[in-house]
Amino acid sequence: MRDATRSISPARAELARVSSFLRQELRPRGRILTPFNVITATLVLATAVILFFRFAYGLGSVTNLNQDYPWGLWIGFDVVTGVAFAGGAYVVVFLVHVLNLERYRPIVRVTVLNGFLAYVFYAGALVLDLGRPWNVINPVIGNSFGVSSVLFLVAWHFMLYMLAELIEFSPAIAEWLGLERLRRFLERMTLGAVILGISLSILHQSGLGALFLMAKSKIQPLWYSEFIPIQFLVSSVFAGLSMVIFEGTISRRVFHHRASASFHFSQERIVVGLSRICAGAMFVYLFLQALVFLHGQDWRHLTAGWGSWYLLENVGFVAAPCALFALAWRNRSTPLARWAAVLAMLGVILNRLNVSVIAWQPHAAVRYVPTWMEFVVTLGVISAEIWVFRWIVNRMPVLREEPAHATTVAPVSNAEPTHLRKEA
Amino acid sequence: MTTAPGQGRSACDRRGFLRALGVCGAGLALSPAALAQAQAEGNPYGVLVDTTQCVGCRTCTRVCAEGHGLPVPEDVCRERTTERQLTVVDGRAVADPRVDTGAVFVKRQCLHCLQPACASACLTRAMYKHDAGPVTWDKGKCMGCRYCMVSCPFDMPKFEYHSAAPHIRKCDLCADRLAAGELPRCVAGCEAGALTFGRRADLLLEARKRIATEKDAYHAHIFGEREAGGTSWLYLAAVPFDKLGFPGDLEYVSYPNLTKEFLYGVPVVLTLVPPLLLGIAKATHRDTLPATGGRRA
Repeated sequence: MRDATRSISPARAELARVSSFLRQELRPRGRILTPFNVITATLVLATAVILFFRFAYGLGSVTNLNQDYPWGLWIGFDVVTGVAFAGGAYVVVFLVHVLNLERYRPIVRVTVLNGFLAYVFYAGALVLDLGRPWNVINPVIGNSFGVSSVLFLVAWHFMLYMLAELIEFSPAIAEWLGLERLRRFLERMTLGAVILGISLSILHQSGLGALFLMAKSKIQPLWYSEFIPIQFLVSSVFAGLSMVIFEGTISRRVFHHRASASFHFSQERIVVGLSRICAGAMFVYLFLQALVFLHGQDWRHLTAGWGSWYLLENVGFVAAPCALFALAWRNRSTPLARWAAVLAMLGVILNRLNVSVIAWQPHAAVRYVPTWMEFVVTLGVISAEIWVFRWIVNRMPVLREEPAHATTVAPVSNAEPTHLRKEA
Repeated sequence: MTTAPGQGRSACDRRGFLRALGVCGAGLALSPAALAQAQAEGNPYGVLVDTTQCVGCRTCTRVCAEGHGLPVPEDVCRERTTERQLTVVDGRAVADPRVDTGAVFVKRQCLHCLQPACASACLTRAMYKHDAGPVTWDKGKCMGCRYCMVSCPFDMPKFEYHSAAPHIRKCDLCADRLAAGELPRCVAGCEAGALTFGRRADLLLEARKRIATEKDAYHAHIFGEREAGGTSWLYLAAVPFDKLGFPGDLEYVSYPNLTKEFLYGVPVVLTLVPPLLLGIAKATHRDTLPATGGRRA
């Protein structure tokens, strides 16, 4: 696998070392019967059962989708909302690798890993929703390119972006395996992958909004405008960064033992800095919303029930967290920033679900409400993602920027004891 | 629609000949040559539905089901097509002096837009607009994402939610029969004279003629002439179309137009953003990194 090795026997030794290391690493670690594990395992098992029925008897057997609501929770939440939350990766690599803001470097790997896994699992969720998933390769292998389709663009950008994120994260894998030369090779590709990834993100974050452009007569007018793509792009900035702040709070506690001292030390500065960016992005978003609202002459829609729902979304879950983020930045308050992040995330969930599900076909005879099974599958997908995330963070140098065991070619056995404490 | 000025005489003659062929299409068999001609001239086949002539016998729904291997539907009026019934007859009670029976029957099916939202939405080209007119679906290509359903302003594509290998179902304008030179089943089966098959340009002329000669019998609007950028199926009615359950909020431009600007932006972003980012990265790069700063970008 490694290209650089010249003679056979060192390569063989290296291979043997890596494979024995991998065998050790693959074993589960820590306590298995924790409440979190029991709950998520139940969800994943239930998901497997539900998916059996879904593939045996069709989507209608487990979902409430109908002819008026071709897309439900699995697309509206898992894909459309989940990808917005994964937007933190392209913003943070922009800060660190393009703007060279070293302050944010400690969170690059964990953010990219989160983004990558989000795409892997949400693209996976997309396949669950496909009626004829065996044809999913058609737009890939080139026998039928529907190039006029926004979804074609989004699908290709998903795939290419996953590759870009994998390249961005790959030095951590090489470090984990102790393959120093491979790490240096992979690291040289980082800037290229970052630049490609940011360009792809701009296009598919907005592309997810552009998917709904043709549904002009189906979305309640307060949520439809020709600017949906730009609104989705701008909101992906603060959606992603709010997720980074929120996830950082949890990771800091759960993976305390895996993080370097500088990671903990820099947390506050990072959160305050991200709060400032969020406040700015949300202000831009609000301004855009106001412009679209006035331009669309939507006053008449405000008096109906939809109007209050719209105001709740934009005042309660955009304007309010925007102000909170600004306060958090001014007072250098991490707790305030966390509350702002939670509110902002709820706002993004509301917005994406409004466009794709809630304000969809408001006059339909039968309104779509997801079945409990659709919720279980959504939670099961998230659980599986958290498992993989935890497995990687507990093994690879994700929360530490310069792990000792990778830069110096240490024997495998030395790499073990430090990670072993908590559950895995 | 009309012969373009400056076109040669032979083109005029051919047009005239084909027009005659098209208008008489209800009785004449189509030749493959004529079909090829329709493709070449961008003048697709279509059907004119004259709702003032429809008696609501629903023969069209029966022959359609039989022809497409679907269960013969209950003999009732329905508002909407389903994945089991590709065409329905919608019976509408209308209180209007122009409707002496008090009821208007509207056959509903896919309208086969000139620039269909579903076909432009399809990322595998499973939903495909043929030059001859029909928009058809290919089960070998479709991955079942249902973006066509999201996009269609008429909500015509229907999905088989209770199948492990679901199809998208909608009217295919009997594309197989058109290719063999035969009429669509519903048109062939209609004895009330409500359905006229022909080339769209000729159907528009025919519709205008009816509106002009019988001003009292028709509301002066041809549904499908401009709606959604134009459809292959055209409708005439005695009353405004919103009273007959036709969507009133349709665009007059084609629906693919709504995503055109976005798609044009894609190559612009892909060519301009990477060099810009590279420039910024190089401009902000510090040659001497702080000792704790780790790796080069």
